[in-house]
Amino acid sequence: MAQVALRTQEFRIGSPADLADYQQQILSERDPNRPVLIVCHGTGCLANGSPKVADALRQAIARAGLDAQVVPEIKITGCHGFCSRGPLVILQPSGLFYQLVKPGDAEEIVQTTLIEGNPVDRLLYVEPRTGEHIVHDHEIPFYKHQQRIVLKNIGKIDPTDIRDTIAVGGYQALAKALSTMSPDEVIDAVEQSGLRGRGGGGFPSGRKWRIAADNLRKNPGPMYIVGNGDEGDPGAFMDRTIMEGDPHAVLEGMILGAYAMGATQGFIYVRMEYPVAVRHLQIALEQARSLGLLGTNIMDSGFDFDIQINRGAGAFVCGEETALIASLEGRIGEPVPRPPYPAEKGLWDRPTIINNVETWANVPLIIDKGADWFAGIGVPHSTGTKIFSLVGKVNNIGLVEVPMGIPLSRIVDEIGGGVPGQDEFKAVQTGGPSGGMIPYALKDTPVDFDSLTKVGSMMGSGGMIVMDQRDCVVDVARYFLRFLEEESCGKCLPCRLGLKAMQEFLDRFSKGQGTPEDIVELQSLGQAIKDFSLCALGGTAPNPVLTTINYFRDEYEAHLAQQTCPAGVCKDLITYSIDPELCNGCGVCRRICPQGCISGEKKQLHTIDSNLCIRCGMCFDECPVDAVIVQ
Amino acid sequence: MTKSTKKKASAPKKKKSEPTKEKADFIGFTIEGQLVKAMPGWTILDTARHYGFHIPTLCYHEALKPVGACRLCMVEVRQNGAARLMASCFSYPQEGMEILLNSERVQNGRRWLMEMLLAACPASPEIQKMAREFGVASTRFTAEDPMEECLRCGLCIRVCEEIVGAKAISFGSRGVTKHVATPYMVPNDACVSCGSCVAVCPTLAAQTRLDKFRGDLAQRMAHGHQAPHAPQAHSAPF
Repeated sequence: MAQVALRTQEFRIGSPADLADYQQQILSERDPNRPVLIVCHGTGCLANGSPKVADALRQAIARAGLDAQVVPEIKITGCHGFCSRGPLVILQPSGLFYQLVKPGDAEEIVQTTLIEGNPVDRLLYVEPRTGEHIVHDHEIPFYKHQQRIVLKNIGKIDPTDIRDTIAVGGYQALAKALSTMSPDEVIDAVEQSGLRGRGGGGFPSGRKWRIAADNLRKNPGPMYIVGNGDEGDPGAFMDRTIMEGDPHAVLEGMILGAYAMGATQGFIYVRMEYPVAVRHLQIALEQARSLGLLGTNIMDSGFDFDIQINRGAGAFVCGEETALIASLEGRIGEPVPRPPYPAEKGLWDRPTIINNVETWANVPLIIDKGADWFAGIGVPHSTGTKIFSLVGKVNNIGLVEVPMGIPLSRIVDEIGGGVPGQDEFKAVQTGGPSGGMIPYALKDTPVDFDSLTKVGSMMGSGGMIVMDQRDCVVDVARYFLRFLEEESCGKCLPCRLGLKAMQEFLDRFSKGQGTPEDIVELQSLGQAIKDFSLCALGGTAPNPVLTTINYFRDEYEAHLAQQTCPAGVCKDLITYSIDPELCNGCGVCRRICPQGCISGEKKQLHTIDSNLCIRCGMCFDECPVDAVIVQ
Repeated sequence: MTKSTKKKASAPKKKKSEPTKEKADFIGFTIEGQLVKAMPGWTILDTARHYGFHIPTLCYHEALKPVGACRLCMVEVRQNGAARLMASCFSYPQEGMEILLNSERVQNGRRWLMEMLLAACPASPEIQKMAREFGVASTRFTAEDPMEECLRCGLCIRVCEEIVGAKAISFGSRGVTKHVATPYMVPNDACVSCGSCVAVCPTLAAQTRLDKFRGDLAQRMAHGHQAPHAPQAHSAPF
């Protein structure tokens, strides 16, 4: 994405009136009726070739020789959230929604849609259950059932141009706070809103801010605030989307926090693997500085604050706040015991507030629309919305924002469109690798901080992995445990040795070795690790194992007592065979088998040599008549 | 494990200075039901040891800053109706706390830790002895290296940095592959061969590694003035 040069180098926003004037000026330069073709450039769409789509559209428009009035502007935006359907192209202001667009479709879009004014049927979203073609984005169930407040600008604005942000009301909350609110009133508002940290712990942000501000008053000197964008959960991309798609929301939130608590320096800690997020944040910082919204004397109010970007070097544990502080200071990224909490003694032993970038992005909304408005969304004790990345065995994969307290089944069934080919999901893993698995029986669990903790899982940063009947809970628990073992920093014994020990248990289980008493022993070991670990990584790592034993004990017992894997996943316990009734002898399995262990004549029954079979499952996936059986 | 609940009246082993402030500064709480008083700045472990209670530790040393890595010193703290586990080497007591040294949760965690340590350091008699104290005689987990005795408590590294000031060794790698090493895995001339690492090591693992830590003696005596590959003294000129 080309950086948009600002024509405002000489211009500084010095008051709320200046900001309002500037917003009016930007809006007056734009024709609200001019068509805008939005091409999603989120990381998922980028990988699917959205830059080529944008280029093809530009060329097709140039070739079509349209009238100056109807030439559409092509806008590059952050992620729209519907990642499984990318690249997405949306025509505004009508909201005409095209999915899975290829560069070759550009001509047709220009000809049919822009010139003739008709939708291109084959690019429209098709509702999988009804087969209905849906024209507009707001009618698609995936979007219809969401409540997008934090994500509201993402997909509408060009994140590399601050004028887009200001046009939709960016930095209004900052102007309001600087001109009409005292720092304490900002903290009051955040406290009253009930905002809780979106990064995992769910600690009330306002209370944390109050503690830090009090500590600073007792012990004057520098104070730091940090935006935690070190998102490392497998299958989670909420923070990345916010930083890529609406970086100014994070900046504005952090500036407001700095004003409220009296911080002078901020850091955004972004993981190295998010280069687009880093680039967009850098551009946003430069543009905000050049307008006087960041740096010295912000909006001529006499308040100084600046932000620096730090890139994480790829350690999952650095998302833990004390390890993050160690990493920012240049030490090895290992957690240290709390207390003292960072709000008291953090970066360079000064009061430090670390909030997730999603938490920061909520702050401008609270200041702008009021604490009561925010507290009215969601449920008591878990207010506002939460962004989840909905992935796994679900029809609509992507990023969803819902009010807190919504039942889990509504997220999976209404927004996610259900499980492909099955009526119900088996379990949903919430809270990333250290969360827990919630079974279908608890599908009506409200998704908020306290209810998730009650069922043994957690909110975490918002990963949501849906599993179906073909997922083995022992295998999934093993997967998450292996991830956490690799990401353990190795400082404390229970985490470094314990996760390996738990894995030894599960490895034996997946081979059918062990006794029912071993399951009890594994629970006891899990509890010991939870009790004894130094930081939250070890303290929550046994959750997937403990919740699956809790809710799917029969499946564990089947591995041990009956030597079978009910889901057909654990390779030592399953055999593949071919159903003689169903096999039509097409030979697909024989051709794709990497071991060459399937034999049979054309149009005759095929057989699998289970001595050679490596249980890769390719024949099962490919058989056109579903004749391959797993047992 | 013996539950030592009687106060040892004589010869407290603490290095902490005697109280100089007025009595109001004492922090009163109970350990195993016995009322104890901590000096300001004392951790729970300091206080417990002052009163003669036994809390096992592996990564703790009086002369070094606590890091809370071995987690053997965990105790159960009951306060305001809630119970939680805390690392006693790192936690400060508060007025009215009730500390339990051998609650069920504490014992469960320690037993698992010892069983895992038996597999992690199979060559260490000290660990085996400690495990027997907790009633753990054997381990179900696989020992990757039968000769391993280092438990990565980091005492050698911390003494080298905090007391000696040489910083000759540090942790290499991370997670399950974490190990004590010198930079670039070559003997380090910064090592002054003081042997402090061997002295603090709870399992004598540092002893077997010392020759991998220390570099060339001639280099060390020259205080870095010699070129790295200067001719050796004994290679006599013709």
